[in-house]
Amino acid sequence: MTATIDAGTRRVTTAKAISEGIAQEMRANPDVFVMGEDVGPYGGIFGSTGGLFEEFGSTRIIDTPISETGFIGAGIGAAVEGMRPVVELMFVDFFGVCFDQIYNHMAKIHYESGGNVKVPMVLMTAVGGGYSDAAQHSQCLWATFAHMPGMKVVAPSNPYDAKGLMISAIRDDNPVVFMFHKGVMGLPWMAKNPRSIGPVPEEEYTVPIGKAAIAHEGSDVTVVSLSISVQHCLDVAEELEGTTSVEVIDLRSVVPLDRETILASVAKTGKLVIVDEDYKSFGLSGEIVATIADKDPSLLKAPVERVCYPDVPVPYARVLEYEALPTRDKIKAAIAKVTA
Amino acid sequence: MVDNDTRVDFYRQMVRIRAYEAALQANYHADKTPQWDIGAGLIPGEMHLAAGQEPVAVGLCANLVKDDAITGPHRPHHLALAKGVDINKMTAEIYGRDTGLCHGKGGHMHLFDPEQHFSCSGIIAEGMPVAVGQALAFSRKGTDNVAVAVAGEGAANQGAFHEALNLAAMWKLPVVFIIEDNDWAISVARDTATPIKDGSLRGTAYGMPSQRVEGNDVEMIYEACKTAVERARAGGGPTLLEIHTVRMWGHFEGDAQAYRGDELNEANERDPIPAYEKRLLSAGLLTEDQAAQIKAEAEAEVQAAIDFATSSPEPKPSDAYLHVFA
Ligand SMILES: Cc1ncc(C[n+]2csc(CCOP(=O)(O)OP(=O)(O)O)c2C)c(N)n1
Ligand SMILES: [Mg+2]
Repeated sequence: MTATIDAGTRRVTTAKAISEGIAQEMRANPDVFVMGEDVGPYGGIFGSTGGLFEEFGSTRIIDTPISETGFIGAGIGAAVEGMRPVVELMFVDFFGVCFDQIYNHMAKIHYESGGNVKVPMVLMTAVGGGYSDAAQHSQCLWATFAHMPGMKVVAPSNPYDAKGLMISAIRDDNPVVFMFHKGVMGLPWMAKNPRSIGPVPEEEYTVPIGKAAIAHEGSDVTVVSLSISVQHCLDVAEELEGTTSVEVIDLRSVVPLDRETILASVAKTGKLVIVDEDYKSFGLSGEIVATIADKDPSLLKAPVERVCYPDVPVPYARVLEYEALPTRDKIKAAIAKVTA
Repeated sequence: MVDNDTRVDFYRQMVRIRAYEAALQANYHADKTPQWDIGAGLIPGEMHLAAGQEPVAVGLCANLVKDDAITGPHRPHHLALAKGVDINKMTAEIYGRDTGLCHGKGGHMHLFDPEQHFSCSGIIAEGMPVAVGQALAFSRKGTDNVAVAVAGEGAANQGAFHEALNLAAMWKLPVVFIIEDNDWAISVARDTATPIKDGSLRGTAYGMPSQRVEGNDVEMIYEACKTAVERARAGGGPTLLEIHTVRMWGHFEGDAQAYRGDELNEANERDPIPAYEKRLLSAGLLTEDQAAQIKAEAEAEVQAAIDFATSSPEPKPSDAYLHVFA
């Protein structure tokens, strides 16, 4: 962990950690404001803006119509003029109706302008499945955003990182896509891993964007993951303690990708499992393998195992969805295979 | 004017839809105890029910035939039932069963019934251009079928709505656009999302006949839809109808609706079914006994559909890999 300050003993949900980070930045900087659907009195469908409306009111916590191209574009415009908007896209799956603003504008303006125009905005969005929300409300899609140059992409796995990454994202002069998995938010109405509630300092702190964390140290196998899958990987690593020494790397950021941390760990273990709830092909897991192949394929002492979302849309029925999702059992089987 | 048998049939259909939504509501919550968990139980996931909006579905669909198309929104059950989608297969889909319309792949927001040309989407307004394309196919094939795009008033602030209207008007396609204005888009009140009080102005702006229908009255809705559907069938091009209705329940099940305040009580007083029942009773078209019998029959039909669903097999896990490509 890169924690530079004591996390203390106060335990909060990831949702609370995110809204607290936003609130502290809003108090410190009048240019920070929030826009999105149901971010006001409702507090965000997944709680990411809980309590903000009560403190900051409707001029800084703005409920929008269902006009994503309009309000994400408006966020860009405000950022270009020096504000620091946090704009929520309710589910990442809805990027389909507004991606032009995101990838042709938010992500490219700085480059196109030869570095003369900055877009310091946060695009915050909910990702992930596991609760039968089916094909249009369950995807992760971080690799889709990461594939397009010009946006930083972060995906925390726990409350501490969520707050620190949100504060870093707001302060960053670049557009940052902040992707929170619904399952890590600690929502009272969704099954959750206890890791979704954890120690979070009351004061402001940052978690650096682009720096992975060694979430569990080990020497037999490297398991690279991010977001909710880290929680499953940690469960497995703890369960295997005494049998297999599992090193779990929590990427925390997809862009920039902390390739050094991955390479150093694989150099140590020689074995690699990648656990990713995003689609398998043409994505993050392939990028990680390429990172090793580019640098030194001989680091690997066994073929890589990828526990990723298969290349199918997310099905509705629970039996179908859990067939496709990365689960602890699949992670365990992959570890067993690469360490056999 | 609507004849007397039709009026009783309207009542019967609205009661049937309400019985369906009420049963799903009860069953949805029944096994999410003790800790309410959206992903748990026989019906997992999001659940958007349409209590209060029955008059729209019934008044609209009374003008449609099997080969007319509907694209519906995330809140689709009332439309599907009124259109004639098989209640057993639809229920089995909502229960994630292999006998469901989509073999458990789609779920409640993604019901596809090609026989009834019915589909719906969970992405706001994105079914509307699809209806335009179905209308394009109907006109190319020389049929007199009509495509209907149904979406909420919140969806009318989405780009796809505007693009679909313009295309349909320009190409004079047989489309009927229906906006179900239930005053809310989740927690965002209609009046805080657009300064336009009468959404039919938007249809006028795109050059099509348009009308706002107040009252949530199945007969008035039927008449307005009749004019629109007949115009489309006769080659007269698209129409926009904004129908003021009511969302009696939460946006989705589990929505505490704190944002509604007193308006929620009012909304429940605007329940269209008891009001219509009273009208038919006092017109002598219905007796209390008949009304009770209609309700009992509806409840029995719904229970049979649920029994069909719950006794149906689940899909095989490996079926997850089927159907990505044709
Ligand atoms: C493009 C897109 N944006 C946001 C959502 C999230 N969402 C689902 S339903 C809804 C409100 C829809 O309101 P309305 O169109 O009025 O339909 P109603 O729910 O009232 O029937 C929202 C914002 C979505 N599904 N798709
Ligand atoms: Mg609405």
